[in-house]
Amino acid sequence: MPTFVRTEKCDGCKGQDKTACMYICPHDLMKLDMDGSDTGHAMKAYNQEPEQCWECYSCVKICPQNAIECRHYADVVPLGGSVQPLRGTDSIMWTIKFRNGTMKRFKFPIRTTAEGSIDPYAGKPEADMSKIEDIGFFCQNNGFRAGDRSELINL
Amino acid sequence: MAGEFGNPEVVEETVDILMIGGGMANCGAAFEIMQWSKGTDLKIKLVDKAAMDRSGAVAQGLSAINTYIGTEQDPADYARMVSNDLMGITRDDLAYDLGRHVDESVHLFEEWGLPIWKTDENGERFDGSKGMTPLADGGKPVRSGKWQIMINGESYKWIVAEAAKKALGIENIEERIFIVKLINDKNDPSRIAGAVGFSVREHKVVVYTAKAILLAAGGCVNIFRPRSVGEGTGRAWYPVWNAGSTYSMAAEAGAELTLMENRFVPTRFKDGYGPVGAWFLLFKAKATNAFGEVYMDKNKEMLNDYPPYGQAAVPASCLRNHLMLKEMRDGNGPIYMDTVTALANLRETLSPREVKHLEAEAWEDFLDMCVGQCGIWVGENIEPEKKNSELMPTEPYLLGSHSGCCGIWTSGPTDVGAPTEETEAGVPEHLPSGWNWGYRGMTTVNGLFTAGDGVGASGHKFSSGSHAEGRMAAKAMVKYCLDNADFTPELDTSVDELVEAIYKPVRTFLEFKDYTTAIDVNPNYITPKMLQFRLQKIMDEYVAGVATYYTTNAEMLKVAGEKLDMLKEDAEKMRAKDLHELLRAWENYHRILTAEAHMKHIEFREESRYPGFYYRADKNFVDEDNWHCFVNSIYDKNTKEWTCFKRAHVDLVDKSKLFK
Repeated sequence: MPTFVRTEKCDGCKGQDKTACMYICPHDLMKLDMDGSDTGHAMKAYNQEPEQCWECYSCVKICPQNAIECRHYADVVPLGGSVQPLRGTDSIMWTIKFRNGTMKRFKFPIRTTAEGSIDPYAGKPEADMSKIEDIGFFCQNNGFRAGDRSELINL
Repeated sequence: MAGEFGNPEVVEETVDILMIGGGMANCGAAFEIMQWSKGTDLKIKLVDKAAMDRSGAVAQGLSAINTYIGTEQDPADYARMVSNDLMGITRDDLAYDLGRHVDESVHLFEEWGLPIWKTDENGERFDGSKGMTPLADGGKPVRSGKWQIMINGESYKWIVAEAAKKALGIENIEERIFIVKLINDKNDPSRIAGAVGFSVREHKVVVYTAKAILLAAGGCVNIFRPRSVGEGTGRAWYPVWNAGSTYSMAAEAGAELTLMENRFVPTRFKDGYGPVGAWFLLFKAKATNAFGEVYMDKNKEMLNDYPPYGQAAVPASCLRNHLMLKEMRDGNGPIYMDTVTALANLRETLSPREVKHLEAEAWEDFLDMCVGQCGIWVGENIEPEKKNSELMPTEPYLLGSHSGCCGIWTSGPTDVGAPTEETEAGVPEHLPSGWNWGYRGMTTVNGLFTAGDGVGASGHKFSSGSHAEGRMAAKAMVKYCLDNADFTPELDTSVDELVEAIYKPVRTFLEFKDYTTAIDVNPNYITPKMLQFRLQKIMDEYVAGVATYYTTNAEMLKVAGEKLDMLKEDAEKMRAKDLHELLRAWENYHRILTAEAHMKHIEFREESRYPGFYYRADKNFVDEDNWHCFVNSIYDKNTKEWTCFKRAHVDLVDKSKLFK
């Protein structure tokens, strides 16, 4: 079922302030089974609607226990392969296993600044309220392309 | 008092500006708005049905930014490209305005930490971790096409959301709130006054009163039966959580929609729907039929059937599909992306360092934005340098930010020569006549703004353009609120009625669940899932889905209309057995209205404007004399009827430059 949770690895994020996969899933798929009444596994998470899973890997990447993996759409994909990431603070490492056993590993950068370090208005001017009806944003980053006005044929 | 299932807590809140959706557009708006509103006492709030770090169309990441103008192209060039790709009918004012603003947002992304690939002085390419000169200071991006630049974008949304959240302040953001209806003003129905929704985590209905609303909740996915119908249903090309909420809520509030007949049928790697842009444009791969024939060459005469759009250097996306579908209909499939030849050729031309990196680049293209395609590759033992991959046109999607242009009719800039009068007869009198009516990004409902997928008639803005468009709307909303300082919005519906309407699927479930022994089969209600299947079946079989090779006609559309009417009636009987299903129930309600708008517009436009995306077999031609115009519509939520009408199209930049 698209993403799945390994029973022995999931700890229900007991020590965390929120269940990570449930927090992050863009489609509200991951659910913590508090008392085990849904799955038989109390205090463990599961994918409650696998046929709605985009395989976006948000839950896989965020799980602090690395308990979530993906078994690709069974109505489409032959069994046996796996694509598993390990997402760090500045890069992501992918381990790729083919059905025939071939393995590949790739590492890609994901950001050039420290997570949580963005200070959005640092070094930016305040908005000039006299320009609120003008074209352009409150700050300029060398990206405004004024354009050749002679291209506008209806002026 | 904490609520319980069937008896929710009701929270009422008054703000000045409500932002609905936490995707790229509202992240842009969040950044821009807090500087313009500084020093005012405007109360601003953002709600998202998911978590901003991974919500919207960029949730999974992206391997390219598809709109970056750069210093060597003019916003007019961009407006021309947008127009031709969408068969000549787009708003040049909106595209031009986006083109001149968009790079500002891209430069911010890089400043915030998004790794952007660069080319050095020898033309060699490097990934974004290298710390080369930023774009803002003259750094050269790696172009994968005229407008696209390559990035290491796994954390694209995470980064953009971090900036938005910091700008807005966590106290002004509420996640897991799904807004399902907008509310007009009691004393002035042409104005917006608020919105209502519910928490998908707690038993809580939220009722917001607001002067201005930025509705940017994405496009529409899963109204057509998808090619994969089991678990693979989830592997939609566009994000499966985009439920048409933007279009349907705007329509119910009285906003004028535009070009809802437009759709996007992307040709993608089969089943995983992996992106093709880098393969075509960066790796220079060709698409062929089963016998190795390049259909774009073999069938190029077919482009002459659609002058002038087929004769540009890059023919419109739908026409490229049109040439491919010919091969499929003729029985010359499967269609392949010739990855083997492309990678072999690149080994001849690239530096040894680049060749070493080439395999990683090919995989990263999918891993950054479409891991599911890698799932297909590993399951089927496909290594792109050894085995070609199949291509397939997907089920149709409705959106306004990618290579599609349906959406809401939106006020544009005033300085680019946009019309101030309407020359087509039949536009309802209460609607504006020109292309701008005071506030950039405002819909035809006062105080209701939109951006990203919401803005119609101006596709190809993508992630960066949606962010920039949100920023433009944010600024205009501040101005709107300052100009309307004395206005106090008043909801036209009582809170009790709103709560009743929203929780109706829950009440229905609780009332009838014990009537049968199996809760999913019950004559008193329909599950949201079955309702969605029915919608998809109707759209697929009658409104030009994959079942008919994207073909329909007036008779089929008439049948679809009858079936959709009954589906709309049955939507009143949806059940929700928990909050998760209540989310699905309202998403599918939004899908039905969006689908109906799509069908009505196709019916009204008596031609086939987008060959390759859909065909009306009874009007299988592009009719420039009668239909080189916008088709717009309004919806009456009381009578549940649509009214379609024409609006005149005017070129603001010279399109003849496209056709040498």
